[in-house]
Parts: sequence; C-alpha cells; structure tokens
Amino acid sequence: MSEHLLSLMTFFPILGMFIVLLLPKDNGGLLKSATLVFTLITFAISFPLALDPVFKTSGGMHYTEFAEWISVGSYFHMNYSVGIDGISLWLVMLTTFIMPITILSTWQAVTKNVKGYMALMLLLETAMLGAFISLDLFLFYIFWELMLIPMYFMIGIWGGVNRIYAAVKFFIYTAVGSLLMLVAIMYIYYAAVNSGMNISGFSIADFYKLSLDPALQKWLFLAFALSFAIKVPMFPVHTWLPDAHTEAPTAGSVILAAVMLKMGTYGYVRFAMPLFPDALKQFLPYLAALAVIGIIYGALVAMMQKDVKKLVAYSSVSHLGFVMLGIFALNTVGVSGAVLQMVNHGISTGALFLIVGFIYERRHTRLISDFGGLAKQIPVFATIFMIITLSSIGVPGTNGFVGEFMILLGAFQSELRWFAVVSTSGVIIAAVYMLWMFQRVMFGKLENPKNQNLKDLSVREMCIMLPLLVFVFWIGVCPNTFLEKINPAVDQMIQQVTGEATPVYTSVIPAVAQEEQAPMHEQQH
Amino acid sequence: MENLVQTAMQNINFAAIMPSVILACFSMALLLINAFSRRGATAHVAWISLLAIATTAISTITAWNSPETGFAGHVVLDNFAVFFNCVFLVAAALTVLMSDAYLKREGYPVGEFYPLLLFCTVGAMIMASGTDLMTIFLGLEVLSVSLYILAGFFRGQKRSNEAGLKYFLLGAFSTGFLLYGMALIYGVTGTTNLVDIARFFAQFPEASTGVVAVAGMLLMSTGFLFKIAIAPFHMWTPDVYEGSPTPVTAFMSAAPKAAAFAAFMRIMLVSMGSMHGTWQSVLWVLAVLTMVMGNFVALNQSNLKRMLAYSSIAHAGYALVGLVAANEIGVSAVLYYMLAYAFMNIGAFGILVMIGKKGEENLTLDGFRGLGYKRPLLAVLLTICLFSLMGIPPSAGFSGKFYIFAGAVEAGYIWLAVLGVLNSAVSLYYYLRVMVYMYFRDAEEEFEWVKLLPGATACVVISVIAVLYMGILPGSIMALARQALF
Repeated sequence: MSEHLLSLMTFFPILGMFIVLLLPKDNGGLLKSATLVFTLITFAISFPLALDPVFKTSGGMHYTEFAEWISVGSYFHMNYSVGIDGISLWLVMLTTFIMPITILSTWQAVTKNVKGYMALMLLLETAMLGAFISLDLFLFYIFWELMLIPMYFMIGIWGGVNRIYAAVKFFIYTAVGSLLMLVAIMYIYYAAVNSGMNISGFSIADFYKLSLDPALQKWLFLAFALSFAIKVPMFPVHTWLPDAHTEAPTAGSVILAAVMLKMGTYGYVRFAMPLFPDALKQFLPYLAALAVIGIIYGALVAMMQKDVKKLVAYSSVSHLGFVMLGIFALNTVGVSGAVLQMVNHGISTGALFLIVGFIYERRHTRLISDFGGLAKQIPVFATIFMIITLSSIGVPGTNGFVGEFMILLGAFQSELRWFAVVSTSGVIIAAVYMLWMFQRVMFGKLENPKNQNLKDLSVREMCIMLPLLVFVFWIGVCPNTFLEKINPAVDQMIQQVTGEATPVYTSVIPAVAQEEQAPMHEQQH
Repeated sequence: MENLVQTAMQNINFAAIMPSVILACFSMALLLINAFSRRGATAHVAWISLLAIATTAISTITAWNSPETGFAGHVVLDNFAVFFNCVFLVAAALTVLMSDAYLKREGYPVGEFYPLLLFCTVGAMIMASGTDLMTIFLGLEVLSVSLYILAGFFRGQKRSNEAGLKYFLLGAFSTGFLLYGMALIYGVTGTTNLVDIARFFAQFPEASTGVVAVAGMLLMSTGFLFKIAIAPFHMWTPDVYEGSPTPVTAFMSAAPKAAAFAAFMRIMLVSMGSMHGTWQSVLWVLAVLTMVMGNFVALNQSNLKRMLAYSSIAHAGYALVGLVAANEIGVSAVLYYMLAYAFMNIGAFGILVMIGKKGEENLTLDGFRGLGYKRPLLAVLLTICLFSLMGIPPSAGFSGKFYIFAGAVEAGYIWLAVLGVLNSAVSLYYYLRVMVYMYFRDAEEEFEWVKLLPGATACVVISVIAVLYMGILPGSIMALARQALF
C-alpha cells in the first residue's frame, strides 16, 4: 500500500472524474456530493504522509516510485518517477486539504454545468498533485501543462464578465513560458547524454549532478525562471493574475491562489535553482529586486482597488514576492519560511477568496463602496473575516506572522539585507490596505438598504471556514509541526544550490535545532 | 531466351509492389461495380473500399522487417515504405468512413469518389516505395491527377471548381520544376536511381557542389515542397482546402503531404546526403518561414476549414524541422508526426463534416457558438483534436512535437527549436478561439441538423483514441518509426 501511496493519491481523483462523468447530469447535488467524497478520500489517502516522522530526519525523497514509461530505442527514456520530501509534502497536503473545501464552496455558487465543473476540478487535482511529486522533468512538464486545461475552462465557462479575455490570457501567458522551458529541458537532457553520464530518463536527481558550463546555464536558467516567474507571478509578468483571479469562479480563484501559484515558487525551489546554481548566483540580485518590486507594487496597487476580489488578487502578487525573497535568501530560515509561507498564503488567501465568494453570493457585487457596516448585521462572518484579514497581514499568533518573519529574518541574514529592509514596508502597506478595506466593508453605518437583510454564515459555510481557521492558529502558534519536516529538505536543497554543507542553525526555533543535532540514522524508514 | 525471361521476372519481383497492385485492382473493380450500381447508391462502394484498404494493409504489414526489392531496384518495400503506407491507408480509411453521408448531404452521391481516393492512395504508396526518380514521379502523377479530380469533385459548385482548377494549374507548374530538377540531376550523374546517384556523388564529391547539381536539387525540392505546402510554395493551399469537399481536404492534409515527405526524405537522405549542408540551410529558412506564415495568417481566419488549412501549413513547417535536424530522432519524429497529424487533423475534419450544413456556409467560428452545450460529445472530441494540434500533453501532437524539437536541439539547432515552440505558442490563440466559441459563448442555435453520423463518428472516435494513445504511450509507435529508418 505505502509503496504506491503517491500514485494512488494522484490518480484517485481522475478515477473519480470518470465516475462523475457517468452520473446523470441534472442531479447537481449528487454530482457535488460525489466529488466531495472523492476529494475527501484523496485527502484521507494522503493523510498518512503528514504523520510520517521520516521527513523530520531525512531531507531526501521518500515514497519513491519508479517505472519505465516511454523508451524509444536507445536514445530516449521517460520514466514515471515520483517521490516526496519535506518541501512538497506540505504543498501536497495543502492541495488535498483545500480541494474538499473548494468543492463545498461551490454548493450554491455553481448551478450551470455542474458535471463539467466537477470533472474539471478532479482533473485539476490530479494534475496539481502530479506536478508536486514528479521527479522526472518530462513527467513534471506533462502535469504542468495538463493543469492549464481545466483551469482555462473553469475561468472561461464559469467566470465573470471578462472571463474570455482572462481565460485566454491565462492560458497563453503560462504556455509561452513553459514552451521555452521545454526547449531547455531537452537541452539539459542532451547535455547530460553528451557528458557521458549514465542517466535514467529526465531524472532531476541525475540532472542535479550535472555541472554545466555557466555561460550555458545562464540561458537554461532564464528559460526555467521565466516559466516559473509567470506562474508565481513575479513582476513584471504578473498581469494575467489580476484578470484570472478576478474573473474565475470562487473555487477557481481559491485553487489558483492556494495551489497553482505555488507551482511557480515550487518550481524555483525544486528545479530552476538547484539545476543551475551558477546562473542563479549571477541573477540573484536582479530576481530579488523583482521580488521586492512585486512586494511593494502589488501592495500599492491593492490599496487602490475598488473591488475586493481584485484587492485580494493584487495582495497575492505582494505575498508571493515575499515567498520569492525568502527563497532567494538561500539560508535555512529564509527558505523554510518561504515554504511555510507558501502554505500560509494558500490558507489565508484561499480563505479570503472564499469570503469574497460568500459576500458575492449574497449581494452579487464585490465593490467596497457597496458595503459598510456589515459587522453588526453578520457578526460571525465579520469575526472570521477579521481573523483571516489579520492572518493575511501577518499579525503575531497567526500563520502569516511566522512565515513573513522567517523570510525577512532569512533575507536580512543573507546578502539581501537591504532588500529585506525595503520589503518590510510591504508588511506595513499590507496592514494599510487590508485593514482599510475591512473597515470600509465591515464598520461604519449600515447605510445601503440592500445590506440590511444579509444572512450570517450558514452551517455549510462554517464547515468551510473552520478547518482553515484551525490552521491559521496552528501554524501561528506551533509552526514546528510543519517546520521540523520542512527544514531537512530545505537544507538539502540549499546544499545543492550553494554547494556548501548545511550551515549550523541560526534558528529562530530552537526545538528544530535540537532535534537536528540528534543522530540522523535512528529513524531510518 | 527462357533464361532472359526468367531473369526479367526475378528482377520484377511482384512482392515489392503487392500492396499497390492489390489496391489498384480493387479500385478498378470498384469502378466497374459503380457502373452497374443503381444511381445514388454508394454505401456498398464505401464498404468495399474499406475492405480494399484492410486487405492492402495486411499485405503491407506482412512486409515489415522483410524488405523486398523489385523492378531492378526501382521500387522497394522496406520498413520505411511500410510505415508510410500505413499512414496513407489510415488516412484513406478515415476519409472513407466520413465520406458517405457527406456526399449524400451535399447532393453528390457518386460512387467514383472512392476509387479515385484509392488511386490517390496507390500513387502515394508508389511514391513512398520508389527508389528511382522515375518511379517517384510516376507515383506523384497518379496521386496528383486523382487528387485534382477529387478537389473539383462537386462539379456544380464554383468553389470546388476553383479548387480543382487552381490545384491543377499550379500543380502542373510545380511538376514542371520537379521534372526539370530531375533532368538536371540525371544530366550530372547519368542515372535516376537514388542509390546510384548517391554513389556518384560519393565518388565525385566536387560534382555535388557544382551549379547544375545544386540547381537540380533545388528545383526538385521546389516540386516536393509545393506538394507539402511549404512557404513560399503554399499559396494554393487555403483556396484548395476551403473549396474541396471536406473529406478530400482531410485526406489532402494528411496523405499527399506524407507521400511528398516520404519521397523527399528518401531523395534527400539517400541521394543528396553528401549535399546536406546546402539543403539543410535552405530548409532551415523555409521551415521558419512556413511556421510563421501558417500560424500568423491562421490567426485571422474565421472559416474553420480555412483556418485548418493554414494550420496545416504550419504543421508541415514543424515536420520540416525534424528533417532539418536530420538525426536519428528528428527523422523518426517526422514519420511519427505524419501519423499523429493524420489522426488529429482528420479527426477534426470528421467533426466539421457532422456540423456543416449543406453547402457548409456555417463552418465559421460563429457557427460553433455554444456547441459545447448543445452537442457536448462532438465538442469534447473536437477539443481533444484541437489540444493535440496545439501540442498540449498528453496527446499525439505533443509527443510528436516533442520528438521533433528534441531532434533539433540534439542536432544543435537550438534557435530553430525556440522559434518552433514560439510558433506553437502563437497557434494556441487560434485553436483556443474555437473553444472560446464552443464553450464560452451561449448558443444561438439548437444544432438540430447535427446528427451523429455512424461513419463519421467512428472516424472521429478512432482518431481521438489514437491521439490519446500516441500521447500517453508514444513509445511503441516511435520505436516503429525508428525501425522504419534504421
């Protein structure tokens, strides 16, 4: 069982998709329930991963599976090679965890073509999980491209007024980047073959060992970096994001924000940086500068938005800038913080999009000026909104604080000290735009008569928000549960990138440091 | 005397042309059957055509790995020919499947359609097995003449007449170039046999750089590139594709193209191998030009048949990239891509056949509004074909492009690969636009005239299954393509 756990988890949703396709198309409730059950089972399948202590002690790949997939004569092998480490662990868990929540959120929001929607959601889950666990570049690319198809249709069919523009823009932006990456992938393959290395397929473990000419690395790195930068998105290739996020249906926005943007950051951590360490050194300051510009720019633009959903979308640009900064710090604190912040952003921003969705379902508008004084009318809603807002700002005690603090600390300790100093202003602006928005929507007088009959959260909506709230505080108060499994993998990644043995922890979290000093071989899996 | 006959018979070796003979006999029999059939009854002709194709396929496939040479080295039935024969037969079979109901709807239930289609296939097969310039030319003519008639098959329709006439005039012109080129090569080498030409150039390397040889090669290339519709010899394509009956367009975009590729590859790789520096640099430019031309003009098309015509120009450009690479993977990928393209493109045309009204005025983007909701199955099948044409995994189009560009990268043509993928990024836009109309816009019509025609449905379903199979497990077909060459 456990040796095929990852495959089972990845392909179970697609099995569910086929079953959903066979169900009658008029029975929306049945379709939604069935999809919910499939995503919950997927979560249950993935759950043992989260409990496995092996990630605390070893940063390598676990649960690996390998099978020959395509072999063409002597010159081409692609393998089905998957595995998971502390970095992908939490992204996988985030995916399987957020999927049932998004399905629940569609209960009233999606009424047309329910069958298609549910089938696409399940296809999307398989594609996302597959991309996170791929250890073969070719396999990764397949899943990476496959992800586009369901999201394209979700935005285009169930989206808002400008959905067609947003969907096509989303598709073309992402595909252009990834096509260049495809050429780079082919190039690495032949570089490896020509170097006389005994490689098995497009295995990244083999490609890590390759020492490419730095002049060449530059180009390959740029191809990868561009592709992932579009997905993250980094300034200045972020322009698809506000459109896509704003036009997508709630569940689509949640998945985009919570999981799909992480593909980009994850791509840097897993592929772009460890594969081309020399080129990374060359481009690091520029990329960090772009990250910082993204932080400030995203925050400033978010401040000026009239539409709540757009505001949340731009805040993503800013938050993802922090994640990138943490990754570029290249020390354990920074990168671990960034990985944690990926999860945090998934939870907080996912929750914000859900909240915007709740409001929109009630009022069919998202303009800040249409609201005001809602707090008295819908207190439970307001409370939860407040908590999520604070977590997005990064107030101590919530998840956002831990992540951003570690990122800034890591960046400050690295060569990027001044970048860190500048980006702190992003945190302040975040407080401004989030709280200002909250104030205009929730406080003041309830003047608009249309708002006077708003209903508070239903039981279903509470069920959606509560699990997210649990993690807001869990990560905020006790981040070690997560960090202790992230750190070993991050150390390994940094070692790969910098070529140096792991530095001794200058850890914010002493518990992790102590555990790390314990003998490594005690808990061999 | 007896001895002489015996040697001659041995030299002939009918096994080498068996598939063509079988198919030609069937075609002629079909012509006779037509003559004695009731007017307007074509279903039985279609069935017999499928039988003919199946029989030919069996006789072709049995020749796999047991090459036969015949007619004193004028024809050969090697793995290369077998692979291409299969591509032609697949294309012909799929076309036959979609044709019957279509011909009735358009008011031309004429049985001669099928024998003509089969004669085209015979011509294509001769081209693929020809190892002599004359044989190749013979095959090309059999193919072309039947195809001219097919393009103008709807004799009462102006567009179809225009297509037939245009194709004929320009085709005849390009054949002139081809023959002139062949004559020049003969003038230099004194032979029309491909292997002998190669031997001559190997013996006298300085001859291969001479003006006459190079001019001959370029003129000959012009003839083939015209048939493949490589820019700047592509001008005929959009009008002919748009005006021809849809099944003919489907066939034309797959089989004759593949046949011209087969002959071109054999000539270039076998005879002109020593001149590859010259032709590679020419083809490099033409490949880029073709991809750019095809994709950028396709952006602006609102008629789907015309759009697919331009996209087929672009796809020929991708395939040419594999030939420019001229290495093991690149060339095998060309073979693979021909088969993949036959499936994905004919599949798409099969759906057009079902959606078109009589006269096909409605095959514009607007005519596809809301198809996804009114006819979900057809829309999904078309979507899969379009994703494959785009080159999105997991589809045959993706794996084909992957191997082609991988070949280019391996051969060091990085820029060609980059330009290729950027071009396929451009193509995303116009393929996506079809989906925009099918899914993102509300239906204005009920599509009540659209019926799941059994033949066309079978054609599309087979194509889609093949597209997905070649996308998910491309290894086996790619291995066959490789064995066809090496």
